Amino acid sequence: MNAIEFILAGMLAAATPFLLAALGEMVTERAGVLNLGVEGLMALGAVIAFIVVYHGGGHFLAFIAAGLSATLLSLVFAFVALGFRANQVATGLAIGILGQGLSALFGKTYESLTVKGLPKIAIPGLSDIPVIGGLFEQDIVVWLSLLATLAIWATFAFTKTGLVIRAVGENPKAAHAIGYPVITVRVAAIAFGGMMAGFAGAYASVIYTPLWADGMIAGRGWIAIALVVFGTWLTGRIFLGACLFGAVSLMSLAAQATGLDLPSQLLSSLPYIVTIIVLGIISADRRLLKLNGVASLGEPFER
Amino acid sequence: MSSFALPTLVRRQRASLKATLIAPPAALAVAIVLNLILYVIMGRDPLAVLHAMILEPFLSWASFSEVLLKTGPLLLIAQGLAIGFRAKVFNIGAEGQFILGAIFASAIPVWFPQATGGWIWPVMLLLGAIGGALWASITAFWRVRLNANEILVSLMLSLVAAQFLYYLLLGPWKDPAGFNFPQSVMFQYDAMVPTLIAGTRLNVSILIALALSIVAWVFMEKSFMGYKLQVGGLAPRAAGYAGFKESRAIWLSLLIGGFAAGLAGAAEVAGPLGQLQRSISTGYGYAAIIVAYLGALHPIGIIISSVVMAVIYIGGDNAMVSANLPIAAVRVFQGSLLLAYLIAVAFVRYRLEWPHKARPATTGSTT
Repeated sequence: MNAIEFILAGMLAAATPFLLAALGEMVTERAGVLNLGVEGLMALGAVIAFIVVYHGGGHFLAFIAAGLSATLLSLVFAFVALGFRANQVATGLAIGILGQGLSALFGKTYESLTVKGLPKIAIPGLSDIPVIGGLFEQDIVVWLSLLATLAIWATFAFTKTGLVIRAVGENPKAAHAIGYPVITVRVAAIAFGGMMAGFAGAYASVIYTPLWADGMIAGRGWIAIALVVFGTWLTGRIFLGACLFGAVSLMSLAAQATGLDLPSQLLSSLPYIVTIIVLGIISADRRLLKLNGVASLGEPFER
Repeated sequence: MSSFALPTLVRRQRASLKATLIAPPAALAVAIVLNLILYVIMGRDPLAVLHAMILEPFLSWASFSEVLLKTGPLLLIAQGLAIGFRAKVFNIGAEGQFILGAIFASAIPVWFPQATGGWIWPVMLLLGAIGGALWASITAFWRVRLNANEILVSLMLSLVAAQFLYYLLLGPWKDPAGFNFPQSVMFQYDAMVPTLIAGTRLNVSILIALALSIVAWVFMEKSFMGYKLQVGGLAPRAAGYAGFKESRAIWLSLLIGGFAAGLAGAAEVAGPLGQLQRSISTGYGYAAIIVAYLGALHPIGIIISSVVMAVIYIGGDNAMVSANLPIAAVRVFQGSLLLAYLIAVAFVRYRLEWPHKARPATTGSTT
């Protein structure tokens, strides 16, 4: 298997944690709320999922538990940021610290233990194509994530739900005046973002690298938040961005395998450096951000 | 409408000074109670934890001097960050600026282990501050020139800084006689900040932190530049009309934050550690964000809140030994403390109004 085949085969799986968390954050932000606690939500989901699988609960139950626990923590965010109109940046940071602390606390006795991942499901015919065949051999969660991506895209493209979320994010006062429940929509968007971050963490700890280590999310929650900016709040672009970061994180593995003599720390920091560079390139186009950005992002709603 | 009685927040005519002063201790009390409940659920003796965390740090001079030792870096970093936060520049990458400060300061004892003289430690501290400011300047450039979000850029740079530190400690700066541990050589005597009180590890850097706190107070409360920063944070449009440049506020906020964090990093390696190690920071850069908020972003408040946070650190270490509490409990406490504070501080600008008191017919606010 050469490096390109290796990256193509693994890209979607590596991208899935980024994709799930970023799509959740996109929905939250579209409703006008900036939740910077994704890293902590993912960490909590990851440890809960790991504990469930380790004790024989199975992967399905693990994802349910991870989604629920991260949703609960995101509702704490909603309680403080919406209920008390707190600074969303500070609230998100607090949720991030709390989530990472809880994950370290719960995961203490599971440190460096491993579980079994999930088998891959191949699409007959397509998976036999040379070079790109690996793309069509993925585990069930990757396939479901792709479906979820389509569903979220369709929701914003075609449905009234999508329109209401956007209205609440663009101009909450007008949305309220028309009669839409701004706070309820925002709480739901926050909860959805929390659930997706929980799934993302679960995928990281029980499927992608099925082991528990404190700090294993390793900045992926933050990269997911950056992905929402890269993707300019658009589902399709966020999907492409997630694939890019999946490929970048595999590139460091591939580079080590091909015996490229680079310090491993440089390769480990590659995703962060790429994030900084891409963030600079995309943000420099101020019109693009203004055009697609969410007008009331981060501002508390007051009647 | 008022079928179920949820109270609503009503904006006060003017900010409440009383609520400002009550919010931090109230948040602390709530956080303590919530975390004690968590410890009970975890099967720990809450009174033993309470004793180890809150009382023990004060019970002996030896442990209180350790509290003051931890206060130093927290105080320095938080003072720097608070200036930026007041200007609404969210530098959350102090952790990375701290690491770069430690690295810059270590360059002297690592490259010149034989050097002697009283000039060494002050130069190290200065180098560290410059290192932190340089690292922060990347974020400032990205924000001002490329319009990139400073929260994400500064955080990513912290993750890069940690990898850079590991690279140095596993590669070029590894102590050849260090049994392959990821650490530098032990610093020579002149590369250490002088001890303040014999028999303790408390050193001159706490005095520097206090002196700079006074400088921060004068800067924010008395200087025109500080005033411009605050206006920029409170009313960006007004600041724009008055000709206060946003780009200048961003540069200044980040350079000050990076300078202070870098200085703290330098003081840590040249103080209690005496060498560059993998674990030079136990999350000071993130804890300092909480310290800054808990101190109401005010230089005097931050002096008090940094001592509180240092007590939590030392108390957490105590509780790990005496009550078998995992050290992660400190992070849980920190997160819940900030959340409790953010709720408490809402009452500075708002008051709660219960539905049965409100008269919908006369007040325009309930519709």
